[in-house]
Amino acid sequence: MSTTTLPPAGKKTEPVSAPERHTSDRAKAERKLGWLLAGPALAVMLLVTAYPIAQAFYDSLFDYRLTDPENRSFTGLSNYGVILSDPLWWTAMGVTALITLITVAVELVLGFALALVMNKALRSIRPVLRAAILIPYAVITVVSAFAWQFAFDINTGFVNSWFAWLPGVDPSTDWFGDFGTSIFVICLAEIWKTTPFISLLLLAGLAQVPEVLQEAAQVDGATWWQRMRRVTLPNMKAAIMVALLFRTLDAFRVFDSIFIMTAGANSTESVSFLAYRQTISRLEIGLGSAVSVLLFLVVVLIAFSFIKGFKVDLAQARGER
Amino acid sequence: MSTKERTGWIIGGVLIVVYCLAPIAWIVSLSFKAPSDLANGSFLPSAFTGENYALILNGSASDLFLPALRNSFAICLIATFISCVLAMFAAYAIARLDFPGKKFILGTALAVAIFPVISIVTPLFNLWRNIGLYDTWPGLIIPYLSLTLPLSIWTMSAFFREIPWEMEQAAQVDGATTWQAFRKVIVPLAAPGVFTTAIIAFFIAWNDFVYGISLTSTEASRPVPAALGLFSGASQFEDPTGAIAAAAVIVTIPVVVLVLVFQRRIVAGLTNGAVKG
Repeated sequence: MSTTTLPPAGKKTEPVSAPERHTSDRAKAERKLGWLLAGPALAVMLLVTAYPIAQAFYDSLFDYRLTDPENRSFTGLSNYGVILSDPLWWTAMGVTALITLITVAVELVLGFALALVMNKALRSIRPVLRAAILIPYAVITVVSAFAWQFAFDINTGFVNSWFAWLPGVDPSTDWFGDFGTSIFVICLAEIWKTTPFISLLLLAGLAQVPEVLQEAAQVDGATWWQRMRRVTLPNMKAAIMVALLFRTLDAFRVFDSIFIMTAGANSTESVSFLAYRQTISRLEIGLGSAVSVLLFLVVVLIAFSFIKGFKVDLAQARGER
Repeated sequence: MSTKERTGWIIGGVLIVVYCLAPIAWIVSLSFKAPSDLANGSFLPSAFTGENYALILNGSASDLFLPALRNSFAICLIATFISCVLAMFAAYAIARLDFPGKKFILGTALAVAIFPVISIVTPLFNLWRNIGLYDTWPGLIIPYLSLTLPLSIWTMSAFFREIPWEMEQAAQVDGATTWQAFRKVIVPLAAPGVFTTAIIAFFIAWNDFVYGISLTSTEASRPVPAALGLFSGASQFEDPTGAIAAAAVIVTIPVVVLVLVFQRRIVAGLTNGAVKG
């Protein structure tokens, strides 16, 4: 038995007002109105992102320090050379990739488990679960970071006394004292905060799996695991991919938790944090801009490889096809 | 469903609730600990005290916290309002009209949504200093639009696509004027979508930390998350943990209230926007 999917639902019927073959005056007027209404939003979006990134690229070509504006000089791509040959950049890239990998992998599994429970949960407790699961999503990242930091902190925390029975944990364990344990706590905080979002997306995907297929498979004697692998998962591939894409890109921007918990100590600096430190703390506009542009390119690359490589079809996921 | 299965799902449900609420319960508990009690190593305070709240609401830390709270509310509400108005027009056009460029607008919104925020900060930091927007409300409201607007466009167009627009014509056939048909038929149908979008956009703006910490420098415009991040106690000899916990609880109250009241709509908005868009 191979994977089982229903043929895509029939094409939506064209709206009654759809233009005829010739471009009538009416269609022209509609086009004009469309741009008139949507234009401002598009313009604002481009203004707040496309323009700054173009400016960042321009700034990145200069050796430019805010405290020393007189000596601003054009240096071409040399800022990029400086960054790419600096171990700091590669450490930050490694840390960011590590956090992204761990959090997204754990969140996908955990989020799927949460979605399964919510999908099957009794009608009476569903609102309670829904409200509970929205809380981590709605709580601001800084608050979540503080909560987890204080819990693990050597002075204010309870983790050390609660988990003292675990090997390697005792009242003097300093979780923020070295790289591995710091990353562990940062990942925990990130996972706690963003799993609900993934699970809601997966829950919506689960709801789209046709019940008929499940029943048919059950009648044919498929086990729970077989149904999961051959029916449920293939039918919600689109939802999984969308969740994965959004969360990966989101995780790659990790900044808040690192700022609060370690401030980059013990080489826990992420790429976003590196860009922040260059620009805001060191006022190295040229270098900071180059880091920003590089981060932007990496994000574009990830998004592109997801959409091409995994064939994430956003239109399909949105039920348009 | 057998009793055994039933118990299984209930246990699963309880686990989820504990998972979601434990860190919040912890920060609430922490906020009631006296400074001498902070290091007691247990989850609950030995004795409940309100002194952390007194410290940030009318004590020595209030001039750090209260202006930040005011800034956060004002900036987030204004940014939410602007992006909802812009998104309303755009979403109407996307859902209702047939024009080339629809895909381009939705694609742009998606691209902006995945944009690394820090990449915008660097150029804005420099530009805002030059044109005097650094450390002002508009200096945060404008970049906040990059967070709230794309999401608003996606969520709202998803909602607007489900509106039965023919009802408008039906009302007109029944003798309603264009304005009446719009006000009595379309507005009530569209309002929940707009409202839900506004809540989600507000969450996103309220959560911002990167812009808040990079583009402000004083109480004139610093929002709460940034103030929390930089909060180091009234004096350097005082452990700020209790005050931070109390402030964290206060900024969490509005979002928890919104979640409890509008949970069903928020879930619909989040999943519609991302999965169905």
